[in-house]
Amino acid sequence: MALKNEGIAWVFGDDINTDLILPGMAFLLPVEEQSKYCFSANRPGWSDKVQPGDIIVAGTNFGLGSARPIGKVFAHLGVAGVIASTFNGLGMRNCVNYGVHVLTCLGATTGISDGDRILVDWQSGSVQNLTKANGISGSALPQPLLEIAEAGGVIPMLQSEGLLEDAE
Amino acid sequence: MGHTITEKILSAHSGKKEIAPGDIVMADLDLVVDLDIVFGITDGHQVPKSIFDPDKIVVVADHTVPAPSISAANAMRRMRQFVEKFEIEKFFAEGRHGIAHVILGEEGLALPGMTIACDDSHSCSSGALNCLARGLGLADMMYALCKGQAWYMVGPTVKLILDGNLNERVYARDILHHIANVYGAFPGKNLEWDGDAVAAMPMQGRFTLATLSAELSAEFSLFRHDDILRKYLNGRASKGYEPVDPDPDAAYDEVIRIDISKIEPLVVLPHKVAHNATEANLLTETRIDQAFIGSCANGRIEDFEVAAEIMSGRQVAPGVRMIVTPGSQKVLQEALAKGYVETLMSAGAVVTNSTCGACYGGHMGVLGDGEVCITASTRNFQGRMGSSEAEIYLGSPATVAASAVRGFITDPRDL
Repeated sequence: MALKNEGIAWVFGDDINTDLILPGMAFLLPVEEQSKYCFSANRPGWSDKVQPGDIIVAGTNFGLGSARPIGKVFAHLGVAGVIASTFNGLGMRNCVNYGVHVLTCLGATTGISDGDRILVDWQSGSVQNLTKANGISGSALPQPLLEIAEAGGVIPMLQSEGLLEDAE
Repeated sequence: MGHTITEKILSAHSGKKEIAPGDIVMADLDLVVDLDIVFGITDGHQVPKSIFDPDKIVVVADHTVPAPSISAANAMRRMRQFVEKFEIEKFFAEGRHGIAHVILGEEGLALPGMTIACDDSHSCSSGALNCLARGLGLADMMYALCKGQAWYMVGPTVKLILDGNLNERVYARDILHHIANVYGAFPGKNLEWDGDAVAAMPMQGRFTLATLSAELSAEFSLFRHDDILRKYLNGRASKGYEPVDPDPDAAYDEVIRIDISKIEPLVVLPHKVAHNATEANLLTETRIDQAFIGSCANGRIEDFEVAAEIMSGRQVAPGVRMIVTPGSQKVLQEALAKGYVETLMSAGAVVTNSTCGACYGGHMGVLGDGEVCITASTRNFQGRMGSSEAEIYLGSPATVAASAVRGFITDPRDL
């Protein structure tokens, strides 16, 4: 497995919660519509700017809040993964389970600035900042979770085992 | 080295004898609780070909009951089709409905020593029952339905010891606000509650603390099995159970001791819970449009009792709407029988059907642009209860009721 991504970093602060990522009023909409509301309250227009392979960088307690499938929205927008100082456990699993990598990295928001081009190795936990020509390292996920993320999440795994009906 | 309650339940359900923080375990689930909102996914809605054990599945209509929109109504149709297809008997829809975390306790379904998977972040509520439950996602739920298992990362455990007695008009809710204000968040960590004040605390307070542990960003939040829990379960438990105590030499990441007699009515300010509270009596400049009591945190009969005590002989202030939403049909029936509904309605409050409702901005109390709400529900994130331009303050049911009377945020002791 390659488990590496190069992309633009979008830097957010502490306590990025699920209502900012996927507002309640968008919960019952199709993912194409939901994605337009991602960060609409704290960073209007972001969903039009983010490119496939980009990486979200955040401070402490990323993903606090509801059980909403935030990873599904990130995956739809092409976000490769999230680097944060600390993760809410539910937010973290809702990324991994939809094929979005996560990396816990204490100095994430000080070592990386908005718009930096970074190369992340999700398996080793190393982050090279290609813009600043330096690097930081974080604590990678345990292997079983890396494998879920790399497989594109839990649903494709269940589908490949023939356990789900075809989607409506 | 001994183990915490969390570690022991995970160990017993994963067949892994020695587990430690950082491990990933695949645990067998005793109950899988699906909610109406799961069926609201309109694109790529998944249905398992078969489910691991229909007797271990519970389906609850709580977020959108009765349906407030066509999309919700269609989700409820899919929910009913699912229940019918897999012949699920533990089905709580219109008439038996309510908030899943309230129903699981009421019906004696969540029991000590069990593992529960549920697709709602406040599933940790059942930790009050010495039951291992936490919020899972929709993908987790699909895995759980198919295989009867879920993965868990074992986190370090923080022991919270509560001593002392609460002052008048100070509640478990204020303890939680105090913890959030002083200690912030506990991402990736489990909480386990102990101490004389916990041993004396009624179940309602324990449910509030366990539920709101989600706002502390905790993984699991567990209480011991003791006489109070035993009495609660007596005649209610749906089957036998095996309580789990922490080992005397369990390893904790941190032990925090709190004297609850020093806590005042605390209000959490808008948009986040960690390090963001202040005393209610310092916020009298804050006028409110809406006062809400409800949710899995404070939608139980004891919360109705407090609200009715305060509203008795008083009126909701002009220009303010007070909404009280019971956590279940049974709570509503009891509130009717005890006269609380009559008292609240006479005071000018709206008493609604039992549902998650306004707490998640779903229906019956959605906030508009620029509105201010004080609520005894679960969270105050921007946009949580409706408009992202609304402001949400969190307070105990007593603080919410007192604020409804005055029209601005009020310490319940100042009425």
